[in-house]
Amino acid sequence: MDLSLTEEQQLLQDSARDFLRQECPTTHVRAMEEDGTGYSPELWQKITELGWTGLMFPEQYGGSGYTFVELCVLMEEFGRALLPSPFHSTVLTFGLPVLFGGSEAQKSRYLPAIAEGKQLGTLALTEPSASFEPSGISVRAVARNGGFVIDGTKLFVANAHTADTLLVGVRTSDAGGPEDGISLLLVPGNAPGLEKTPLQTIAADRQFEAEFRHVEVGAEALVGQLNQGWALIKQTIDYATVAKCSEMVGMAQVAFDMAVDYAKNRVQFGRPIGSFQTIKHKCADMVIDVDGSRFITYRAAWCLANAQEVTKEIAMAKAWTSDACRRVCAAAHQIHGGIGFTKEYDLQLYFRRAKQGEVLYGDADIHREVVAQAIGL
Amino acid sequence: MDFSWSREEEEFRQEIRDYLKAELPQGWNDTLVLDKESDEYIQLAKGFTQKVGTQGWLAAHWPQEYGGLGWSFWQYFIMNEEMVTSDAPLIGMNGPKFLGPTIIHYGTEEQKKRHLSGIAKGETLWVQGYSEPNSGSDLASLQTRAVEDGDEWVINGQKIWSSYGHYSDWCFMLARTDPDAPKHRGISYFLVDMKTPGITVKPLINMAGTKGFNELFFENVRVPKDALLGEKNRGWYMATTTLSYERTAIEAPARAQRILNDLVRYAKLTKKNGKPLAEDPVVRQRLAQLAIEVDVAWCLSYRVATTQSRNQIPGPESPANKVFTSEMIQRLAQTGMQMLGLYGQLEFSTKWAPLKGKIERLYLTSVSGTIAGGTSEIQRNIIAERGLGLPR
Repeated sequence: MDLSLTEEQQLLQDSARDFLRQECPTTHVRAMEEDGTGYSPELWQKITELGWTGLMFPEQYGGSGYTFVELCVLMEEFGRALLPSPFHSTVLTFGLPVLFGGSEAQKSRYLPAIAEGKQLGTLALTEPSASFEPSGISVRAVARNGGFVIDGTKLFVANAHTADTLLVGVRTSDAGGPEDGISLLLVPGNAPGLEKTPLQTIAADRQFEAEFRHVEVGAEALVGQLNQGWALIKQTIDYATVAKCSEMVGMAQVAFDMAVDYAKNRVQFGRPIGSFQTIKHKCADMVIDVDGSRFITYRAAWCLANAQEVTKEIAMAKAWTSDACRRVCAAAHQIHGGIGFTKEYDLQLYFRRAKQGEVLYGDADIHREVVAQAIGL
Repeated sequence: MDFSWSREEEEFRQEIRDYLKAELPQGWNDTLVLDKESDEYIQLAKGFTQKVGTQGWLAAHWPQEYGGLGWSFWQYFIMNEEMVTSDAPLIGMNGPKFLGPTIIHYGTEEQKKRHLSGIAKGETLWVQGYSEPNSGSDLASLQTRAVEDGDEWVINGQKIWSSYGHYSDWCFMLARTDPDAPKHRGISYFLVDMKTPGITVKPLINMAGTKGFNELFFENVRVPKDALLGEKNRGWYMATTTLSYERTAIEAPARAQRILNDLVRYAKLTKKNGKPLAEDPVVRQRLAQLAIEVDVAWCLSYRVATTQSRNQIPGPESPANKVFTSEMIQRLAQTGMQMLGLYGQLEFSTKWAPLKGKIERLYLTSVSGTIAGGTSEIQRNIIAERGLGLPR
């Protein structure tokens, strides 16, 4: 039992923090909110040169062979900096399922390309039903000419506009229960019949409606076993959920730091407002929310990295962190008073993204139900 | 980062479990649930504590020259976890946990020789004499006086909230030795034999009807010069070191987990309006939330323990854990009472009382958890001022 970072993890954290302080100040975050692409390809290039996109891939696929814990150390830093990038969509929701379930040919084709920054990908999973359950997958892929033809609408697809390839969760059979008959198909971002329409979102990230009209792919597009794709999707969601928690830990930490800093410097009634107990106690409560999020998330990450039973641990991390990050951002606003909710002040950037993180992969209510089942209820 | 136990640690844990299984009475904390303030419990606890003390376990984390077993920090942690998990009847743990280390740090050779062995073996029970009727949260304003008179100190005043005072052999206490100095700098730390003439113990009955706390009255109590621990007028600083051991609350998650397990079992076995409670979505959400909080508390206590295992003193995360776990245990009690409904009002150990009335008792006794050892409000001040650097 040792809950401190290893020397290597500490080094990664320090270098990521330094790099992002230089390259991703909030002025950059704001600029990217208004930008057509939503992130800077030049900064993305630098990130891939640092080897971060291949951090968790084995060396034979151009990666550095680190574990998921190190990846989460990095995700926390991305959260701190609110880094606008296709990292989560490409590495977590595209690269990892290819690594976990792809054929040798698929792995050799996509993973080194991701590591080198030559391939962007994303997962097209959710639909208008907005569900992360297997029953939520209704977009069909029908077998034809040895390949598949896809029809239907995916919603909330991250960074679909620049993704070179989409990994699409489709229903290929109605036999069995909702978990059966699901498959994963690789679809080129420029496939004929694929239409992408941007959504305007609370966090100003880039999410899309992706409409598939008779989109044809070959047999080689199938990732994993036909009709057995749910396990791979579930595994992907597990990792992506914990990575999202790490991002939220970073966001909560900054919102908390901003609040404490403001409380020390803002003077009312002739004294810093941080000298009032109402403010002190709010700040004290934020300590548990931030630290609790960090360590319940690290635990889930560690369990994933060490092949432990992890369903309950992930659900606990997402439930707690979703609530805590929102609470911390809201309390930070209360401490800041009027200035905090202006567009000019940076706190709103965190408040809006906290909500995006909360609802992605299921909010606290959904994950508490998973916990209820896991503790035997 | 490592969230696992080594094989040696797992084996060690199993050793402790086997010991507890062999030594605890049949059905302990299940079919046999005793009132923790009853004479029956105290007698049993004294015997059990001494038995554990004979093994050397109570002080296993001390330096070996003072009776320690050379255990690693984590071994001691695991043993405590298992003791709490099984609700083992240990009494007087303030001795080995924080008074002992304080004596080791500040005591003379003579004081160490005199006190440490009894503490380590669980033979001497100690009561804490800190709070006074007019000095609760503002502990440093305490007025109990100790005046030098020849070879003796003469102590006059009153202490309150002294747990198990009526069973204790010795008292570690704070008294004012310089009324003219600033309040934190005129306090000294004393070790006083409870058999000294002039000491009166008066039990305070709490709302659960039990007498865990006491008032202590000191009337011209004459103690020898060497009753003073450490340097004169430095007692406040020694006491706050002691309190920081108390506040780490690293075993609270084990206690909370035990209660939660009771509630989960109750939800599965109990029907309401023809349906198991466990199927009620509101009950499911509430119990799941508590299970999450308990695990967050585990993680945070392991984090404090990580710091302690490296002989570093934990920072604001230690009072933060105290606030969180004590409030969490009250939420557990409240959720339990909600689930029990009408049955929740049935008193401890009475006919019809579910879970032997443990939840009713917890509901009443957990109120003190956010007050004893420093109120949640004082803890939040400490977190904010010492931890976050907010201005006073």
